[in-house]
Amino acid sequence: MARQLDPNGQSLYARFSRYLSEGDDRLDQDMIREVDAPPAVHDPEPVPPSAPFPPVAEGVKTRHTRVATVAYQLIAMLLTAAISMLLIWTTAKLPSFGDAQNPAHNEVARRYVENGMDETGSVNLVTGMILDYRAFDTLGESNVLFTAACVVLMLLRSGSREERIEIEADERMEDRNRDEILQTAARVLIPMIMMFGCYVILNGHLSPGGGFSGGAVIGAAMILYLNAFGSGASGRFLTIRTFRFVSVLALSFYSLSKAYSFFTGANHLPSVFTTGVIGNLFSAGLIPYLNIAVGLVVCFTMYAFFALFRKGDI
Amino acid sequence: MILTNYAEIAAMILFGIGLMLLLLNKNMIKKIIGFSMTDSAIFLYLAAKGYISGRKAPIVTDGVTSAEAYINPIPAGLVLTGIVVSVASSAVLLALTVRLYRKYHTLNLDEITDRARKGEE
Repeated sequence: MARQLDPNGQSLYARFSRYLSEGDDRLDQDMIREVDAPPAVHDPEPVPPSAPFPPVAEGVKTRHTRVATVAYQLIAMLLTAAISMLLIWTTAKLPSFGDAQNPAHNEVARRYVENGMDETGSVNLVTGMILDYRAFDTLGESNVLFTAACVVLMLLRSGSREERIEIEADERMEDRNRDEILQTAARVLIPMIMMFGCYVILNGHLSPGGGFSGGAVIGAAMILYLNAFGSGASGRFLTIRTFRFVSVLALSFYSLSKAYSFFTGANHLPSVFTTGVIGNLFSAGLIPYLNIAVGLVVCFTMYAFFALFRKGDI
Repeated sequence: MILTNYAEIAAMILFGIGLMLLLLNKNMIKKIIGFSMTDSAIFLYLAAKGYISGRKAPIVTDGVTSAEAYINPIPAGLVLTGIVVSVASSAVLLALTVRLYRKYHTLNLDEITDRARKGEE
């Protein structure tokens, strides 16, 4: 494999190893020199870098493979058409849309609507359902998010030193060209987005919203911050340690508090978490606290996804 | 009855398009887009199944708790779960694609298979 050469005629690897041995100052000097230097006159015909893999040999794509490809595409189209037609035909035979007599609207839904507010204390019946009647399901859901974040972390976190140095070099290059308009807009917008996210989370049991939607809003604000000010700025308050600590703390709080409420509920013991005055901010037993826990997991996971795909680290 | 189930039929068509993308495209990213489209089709279907015409969202207003006033809250909860799982699985799929791209420098599934097979020999 031919090494890619930079304008100074050194291989990238040689530069990396120099940065490794001589530290950050050398990287800074090089960056300043190369960024401030007048643009080099490019060769009229730059030599294309040789592909890291040789193109597939001609002999591999025989007539048989081409026939197989066409056959595969035909079968796939027929299969898809058949499945779609079958589904549409079945849909046409389903009970009509929006009819109150549909079998889906059975005694379970009736029970949730009629007793939901008194039993859970939540004005928003969906929140009462997912964080009280079906709290176990929501715990599994938060765990799925956390597990996915861990998997992405394992897959994308840059392992080797060279990779990390390369990413850091990119980062510094970007730091020099931060967009002033984006930064000014972000300074105004981020507090408002954060506040709206907190409002959505805290009022999850009173109005539309809850931990998942509010957490996504806060995650968006954090992503905006990362884009506007760079990972150097966001790394001051959010590292992989914070992510792990907050996620694990929120999930453990969720599991333990729900274990407590299952225990008291199954044994007919009085619970310290009562429904309170329905409609107040701090009412509905555990639901506001569970919403906060879920919101924390969601916002940190959203940020972690973005940061990992962007630069391979949180 | 086919004239009343617009939302469900739209969901099924969306599902067909997603499945087609999943099967016919060689590009991994487009496959993942197709996968997300099938997810969305299922969410649309579930949300349509929970709707009852002329009723309000299941948030108690003015203390009315009769089952005749609100739509069915169960599909809303199911869709919420589904959306979260869909986001999580898309993220894992995209991360795997990024790893494949770093190793094989292509997103074409056939090329990846060829190169992987060559690497084994």
